[in-house]
Amino acid sequence: MEYFIELFLGGLTRGSIYALIALGYTMVYGIIQLINFAHGEIYMIGAFVAYIVCGVLTIYGFHGVSILIIAGLLAIVYSCAYGYTLEKVAYRPLRNAPRLAPLISAIGMSIFLQNYVLLAQTSDFLPFPSLIPNFAFMEPIAHIIGSPELVILVTTLVTMILLTLLIRYTKIGKAMRATQQDMSMARLVGINVDRVISMTFVIGSALAAIGGVLVASYIGQVNFYIGFIAGVKAFTAAVLGGIGSVPGAVIGGLVLGLTESFAAGYISSDYEDVFAFGLLVLILILRPSGIMGRTTKQKV
Amino acid sequence: MKNIKQSLAVSLWFIFLTFPLMVVKVNTSEQSVQWRWMNILWVGVGIFILSFIWRYALARKEANQMAAQSGQDGQDKPSKIHVLLENPEIRTKAILAFLAFVLVFPWVFDTYQSTIMISALIYVVLGLGLNITVGLAGLLDLGYVAFFAVGAYAYALLNYHFGLGFWTCLPLGAAFGGLFGVVLGFPILRLRGDYLAIVTLGFGSIVKIVLENWSDFSFGPSGIANIERPGLFGMQMDIAGSTTYIYYIMIAMVILTIVVTGRLKNSRIGRAWIALREDEIACVAMGIDMARTKLSAYALGACWAGMVGVLFAAKTTFINPASFTFMESAIILSIVVLGGMGSILGVILGAMILILLPEYLRAFSEYRMLIFGAAMVLMMIFRPQGIISNIRQKYEFKGLKEKSENV
Repeated sequence: MEYFIELFLGGLTRGSIYALIALGYTMVYGIIQLINFAHGEIYMIGAFVAYIVCGVLTIYGFHGVSILIIAGLLAIVYSCAYGYTLEKVAYRPLRNAPRLAPLISAIGMSIFLQNYVLLAQTSDFLPFPSLIPNFAFMEPIAHIIGSPELVILVTTLVTMILLTLLIRYTKIGKAMRATQQDMSMARLVGINVDRVISMTFVIGSALAAIGGVLVASYIGQVNFYIGFIAGVKAFTAAVLGGIGSVPGAVIGGLVLGLTESFAAGYISSDYEDVFAFGLLVLILILRPSGIMGRTTKQKV
Repeated sequence: MKNIKQSLAVSLWFIFLTFPLMVVKVNTSEQSVQWRWMNILWVGVGIFILSFIWRYALARKEANQMAAQSGQDGQDKPSKIHVLLENPEIRTKAILAFLAFVLVFPWVFDTYQSTIMISALIYVVLGLGLNITVGLAGLLDLGYVAFFAVGAYAYALLNYHFGLGFWTCLPLGAAFGGLFGVVLGFPILRLRGDYLAIVTLGFGSIVKIVLENWSDFSFGPSGIANIERPGLFGMQMDIAGSTTYIYYIMIAMVILTIVVTGRLKNSRIGRAWIALREDEIACVAMGIDMARTKLSAYALGACWAGMVGVLFAAKTTFINPASFTFMESAIILSIVVLGGMGSILGVILGAMILILLPEYLRAFSEYRMLIFGAAMVLMMIFRPQGIISNIRQKYEFKGLKEKSENV
């Protein structure tokens, strides 16, 4: 039973990270129907910036929570900047192009960013300092759930609540929902659609950066390639939940995380990724619109 | 002046953007930071110049679009290469000269050159195979290398366990590739394009993970060595001779592929693929069986990958899962995209450029993937039709025009 709970909590932690990244995919897809292939790379850049900032700060004598906060904030700032630039350079000129064009452009951007980090930094796995302190009150249950897991779960939960409030009540949130429903109509009522799309990328990138910092300090290493597999998993989560739907992305992330955790725990950890993709294929065959998605009729 | 200000702003933005990654390099084990200030200069100057080119190119593209909208068929103008190739005399001469060059190649250059040429030709066939799926039918396949792996492992394992020769395995590899294509394609081809991309990506990863972990079947990450080279009526050949032999097999395969895809493109099924790529709903309304048409494109593409996989295994005599990563799929895809989707000549040229250039410019091979990535983005923005675009088959009613001119 204890093993089961351990796996369950591990899956939940993993799933909440997937959910954070998946939200970026879902929000972008909801508005411009584009799979932002380079989203995983934004996550990777967030983790890398945090790694660099941590390294510099540690050498200059900072320690503890101050590092975590500065590194986290800078990671978010840089990820947002990259997300914004990415949209402007690679996707905006292709707004009216056929569907395949932005998708290929996104793949190109993903390859470009990976190799940019590879060449500017290194191809080695770099040790990431564990920034999250061990809380004293966690001692009695530390064998089931550690402090890092708790921090990840709480951060994710808070981020989700903030995002929901943002989408539901703020002006930009309303503009985003309007653009998602009908882009030309939104333009007619005076919404600056380009700005809304940019903002969507920025918000998605911020979420990815939070995920990146959490994962890096949880797993303890970064590499230029971590964005690729995380991106694919998060996309799987987004599709599972129904792409375009925000609560769907969260549920999809959790389902995927739990599935992986249990499959790795009870069957075999070598084939972890196979289960994730298997689940994706299964969902796409049985229910292509995902768990929370609506089936939309295609119009001519 | 306004332009300069704008470019300055852009380059400042990029300096900010690239600062942590390009300038700072931390070494946590030695507790030291390396500040590479020179990189700021490179980024600043580079972006400053690039932003001018970028603006100019965007403006030109917009002007072109305007012109195409106001004039009726400004866009469909065939390029100079097409005009040249339309001329039958030049066409036959060019083909003959090219064939002559190709045939004497291994005798003029050494074995090393032939080996490079063989790998370029392997990519030509892979590109042409993927061209069926992506270029003609418009199905984005990001796991294409999986079928390549299926072919390679099919030959390696059949050879290892049952001692089957190259020529027996060549059609078998193609069959296995095609079979995998059908099995995988059947459930997922009802999906829309972007889902298909991600599922094929997943499938590519699954094949690699299985090959790495299922050691009893595939010998795991250490791979399979001592795969038999192709034989010629039991003749014993040294490495140079066998390289030349494989080179000729490869040439034959390229020619076969060109002929088959060229014929397919203008057949009933080929037209159906192109129609499906352009507009699915209209296509189905015209009475084309969507699932079957897509499946045939997918399976045929996979078939070719399987066949080349056999040849790849025979050429290298050693295979392991590391040869079949997503990067390979990405390279093949960029060959198709950069060369020109749907255009046979374009794909051949694309493969030659993308494979041979990094091979001969060793200094720049580090930057190869970086440049591929950037080129894919730029190509999509400024020249989505590729280096050599595919020309549409058009039927003109010439008789009527002459008559009306006479009147």
